[in-house]
Amino acid sequence: MFYIHCPYCGELREEEEFHPKGQAHIARPEDPESCSDEEWGDYLFFRDNPRGIHHELWVHAVGCRKFFNITRHTVTYEILETYKMGEQPRFTAEHPEGRPSQDGVEPAPLREGVRA
Amino acid sequence: MSQLNRLARGGRIDRSRRLSFTFNGKRYQGHAGDTLASALLANGVDIVNRSFKYSRPRGIVAAGAEEPNAVVQLGKTEAGQVPNVRATQQALFDGLEARSTNGWPNVQRDLMSLVGKLGGQFMPPGFYYKTFMAPASLWMTYEKYIRKSAGLGRSPMENDPDIYDHLHQHCDVLVIGAGPAGLTAALAAARSGARVILVDEQEEMGGSLLDTRELLDDKPADQWVTEALKELAGLDNVTLLPRTTANGYHDHHFVTLHERRTEHLAETAPLKDGRRQVRSRMHRVRAGRVVLATGAHERPLVYGNNDVPGNLLAGAVSTYVRRYGVVPGKRLVLSTSNDHAYRAALDWLESGREVVAIADVRANPDGELVEQARAQGIRIIEGAAVIEAKGDSRVSGARVAKVDLDGFRVAGAVETLDCDTIASSGGYSPVIHLASHTGARPTWRDDILGFVPTLVKGVSAAGGAQGVYATAEVLADGVEAGRQAATEAGLPAASVSLPRVAARRDGTACALYQVPHEKPTLRGPKQFVDLQNDVTAAGIEVATREGFESIEHVKRYTAMGFGTDQGKLGNINGMAIAARLLGRSIPEVGTTVFRPNYTPVTFGAIVGRHCRELFDPERYTAMHQWHVEHGAEFEEVGQWKRPWYFPRQVNGKTETMHEAVARECRAVREAVGILDASTLGKIDIQGPDAREFLGRVYTNKWAQLAPGRVRYGLMCKDDGMVFDDGTTSCLGANHFLMTTTTGGAAGVLEWLELWHQTEWPELDVYFTSVTDHWATMTVTGPEARKLMAEITDIDLDKEAFKFMDWREGTVAGVPARVFRISFTGELAYEINVQANYALHVWETLFAHGDKYGLTPYGTETMHVLRAEKGFIIAGQETDGSVTPEDLGMHWAVGYDKPFSWIGQRALTRPDTARTDRKQLVGLKPRDAKVVLEEGAQIVFDPNHAIPMPMVGHVTSSYYSPTLDSGFALAVVKGGQQKMGETVYLPMADGQVHEAEIVSPIFLDPKGERQNV
Repeated sequence: MFYIHCPYCGELREEEEFHPKGQAHIARPEDPESCSDEEWGDYLFFRDNPRGIHHELWVHAVGCRKFFNITRHTVTYEILETYKMGEQPRFTAEHPEGRPSQDGVEPAPLREGVRA
Repeated sequence: MSQLNRLARGGRIDRSRRLSFTFNGKRYQGHAGDTLASALLANGVDIVNRSFKYSRPRGIVAAGAEEPNAVVQLGKTEAGQVPNVRATQQALFDGLEARSTNGWPNVQRDLMSLVGKLGGQFMPPGFYYKTFMAPASLWMTYEKYIRKSAGLGRSPMENDPDIYDHLHQHCDVLVIGAGPAGLTAALAAARSGARVILVDEQEEMGGSLLDTRELLDDKPADQWVTEALKELAGLDNVTLLPRTTANGYHDHHFVTLHERRTEHLAETAPLKDGRRQVRSRMHRVRAGRVVLATGAHERPLVYGNNDVPGNLLAGAVSTYVRRYGVVPGKRLVLSTSNDHAYRAALDWLESGREVVAIADVRANPDGELVEQARAQGIRIIEGAAVIEAKGDSRVSGARVAKVDLDGFRVAGAVETLDCDTIASSGGYSPVIHLASHTGARPTWRDDILGFVPTLVKGVSAAGGAQGVYATAEVLADGVEAGRQAATEAGLPAASVSLPRVAARRDGTACALYQVPHEKPTLRGPKQFVDLQNDVTAAGIEVATREGFESIEHVKRYTAMGFGTDQGKLGNINGMAIAARLLGRSIPEVGTTVFRPNYTPVTFGAIVGRHCRELFDPERYTAMHQWHVEHGAEFEEVGQWKRPWYFPRQVNGKTETMHEAVARECRAVREAVGILDASTLGKIDIQGPDAREFLGRVYTNKWAQLAPGRVRYGLMCKDDGMVFDDGTTSCLGANHFLMTTTTGGAAGVLEWLELWHQTEWPELDVYFTSVTDHWATMTVTGPEARKLMAEITDIDLDKEAFKFMDWREGTVAGVPARVFRISFTGELAYEINVQANYALHVWETLFAHGDKYGLTPYGTETMHVLRAEKGFIIAGQETDGSVTPEDLGMHWAVGYDKPFSWIGQRALTRPDTARTDRKQLVGLKPRDAKVVLEEGAQIVFDPNHAIPMPMVGHVTSSYYSPTLDSGFALAVVKGGQQKMGETVYLPMADGQVHEAEIVSPIFLDPKGERQNV
């Protein structure tokens, strides 16, 4: 059972308080009607299943009801970080040790069209 | 009965306290401080069980959790039955009753053993599957009898009278195991000020120090243990949990500890101060850091007939002699590959009994213990091993020979030694089970001939658990682990001065697992690897010959390491044998994964107090007590208790559900009924962008909905599939009240928050659950307006207060919102009042309603009435694969809304646009008496060969008293274009029902009744 740090409550809480909501950084296309069927199908159904670092969307369902993201290692189940909506992860597949902090420079988005 | 194997002195038992117990119905005596196993050995009980597959007689092998044979059934009473108890872990108490789990008619004379003996050669791995395969249809019959002759005990057939608790704990450092390493680790961490939990599975803490020959500070080691425990017990930051097993190591240092509080006292928990004590506790520990000080299990050697009673682990012999004052035989032969095991011979000799010989596989053993044995005059046969035990129900001799390990053969003449006990040791295996639970694969170390745990962040191992065996080093290793854990927790390192332990020079151990025999493994006597699952070296050989090369496949084929045993004694030997046969090294073959639980945990401890009325929370509406008093039968909807129907007494008889529902339906259609609808989800939505938000999450339009108006809405997921529905009312320009299905309330709120927080945070809108704040009662039927007029100040004129309007006012003198929405198809008023006024309003309605025939109705009638109108229930007519179009609800879809609402894009995908999708229709059974089964599959052609193409299923089906006929809602492929056609429903009993596809609206298709 995970022990999850809610970035809004600022506390480690038991997994029972949270619901997992799937892969993080899946942004809804800005203009769905201009998407091809294939593009829309990708958005709806296709998800990554990496062995290693994975970004996940969770909600503190019986706590503050806030959605936030978790960077988790799918082999060790270690949670490397949790971060608020709109923020970018520090730990990524390219930077498993954490990317260098570049003050004032926004890191490149993880996926095309990421807003949240 | 005398305790013929009990020594006159020694051991940690209390000879002044005699305890009486029975085993297989026979009465024996033991002492306080005994385990069931030590007491059985003291009484000379050789056979404690019959083996799982071959029904061979089995005796006690070990002294701890790794015992594979002495798995017994406890319990005098039916309710007190406990299966799967290791006799080595069960403290003796007065009146204990235990039985063998296998053996028929009894363990001494077992008929199944004939099968084992005669069929022995013919029972390779997979025997049952291979033999009883054909015909497949009879497997269930075979299985029943096979199960009867196997198995490890049985569950009680009566309710458990005991109480179990769950405790949630946090600590900085959890130390598992209170042997030398665990004790010093706990001391080091505790002195730093860390919050420490120290657990140990045994009756007493101290581990190997309770039976070691070594002195600590020139005193018996147990004195040092007493001092250490005294200090720990006196510290506020330390919790000591004896008789507690760390059974599972889960994610993020979540460890489950099973503390047995009364199992050493009695079968069921005794009373204390007139109250029943808690039998066991499950501690759910979230640890900052964990120190694994779980020690090591000795590996037995694998030789012929090594399962005959009288074959023991060398270390277990020492433990029985030194800790329990029991010597389990008269004449001992020891077979070993290392120095440690010599302690067994020395302890045996000191107890005054004879050591016949030590067979040491090494050519020139020369350690200190070896020399001590020589000095005592013990015969040591070098380069040799016990290759086979003689005897049937007890060892009667040992066949010893020189062995050539490189050639895997017997290299000299065989000598048969007269003995009744064979102790063996192939070295130690660190107890890596808990580390394995974390998913980390262990690492093989050639220098210690064992796997050591690979440790995830925050875990360390100390002492035997990581292959450190010399007492002085183990003590120091524990200090280091405890200190490191405390430092990592941000605490200053504390000093622990270690007791003096005389250094001992040990010779190098030799790698020996399976001992060669004169005959090939497949023809020689059975050499057991896993005693609990009856897996032999020959079985592993057969498995590798049949092509099972992966150790995980060998495990599954042979059952090695399965079940309650989890490979404690046998796994490493089994891997070593597989490795030799496959011509690989042990690390190349690898290990199997050990899984929780380490030892069996009783279900009561897992369940804790979450049973009976505390199994799940129950939610009641404000009118619940009224429903109870009026005889309602209840239905569970999620956690809610909803009235299902209200049976009346008619001519001294209680109505059936069918009768009650028919009466309730007629009341609504002909007079007036009332439903407690409080459980419907209610979400209060406010903010300048509330209207825009609704337009995005609902399929239909919300831009024009004026205050005072109500609209029905469908909600889809972005795949275009309906997932909830309900009405939403405009309370003000920026204020709406959304209703959801009863079961969908929490999910819909989370759904709204998801979209708001992750996609559209720029929208200024807020969601609040108000389900419990407002009670809802639906007054419906032709007489509803007359009844309402008596108790409300709201203008009920049909022009002033139209269908799909809502009004604010008072009802029964309290502030209320009244909604003209209808789920029955009749004139209906849904009254919402603050929940704590609700019972008053409900009762006032009844005070005025009698003359109109006001009738309470439940969910069953609600379902019949709504289905007659073709109103769907999300989750009943829909299952996540149904679009608004499939439901024929295009009237609720706003394709021309400016924002591409959730689900819109998906409705034009080729699959969702198909015309032969399953569509909602009504079904009218040809025989009006038939009520179709919900879930029944529909076919177009009942004469089609099986399997018939299934074209849909029944989603709702009832008897309608208004139509005096069965009727159903269903989804049928292309159904909307098939009105009037016939479909068929073949049933399990061979009947085939016939039904006509009709409109799903069975009553008042124009909606005139609700619009009056």
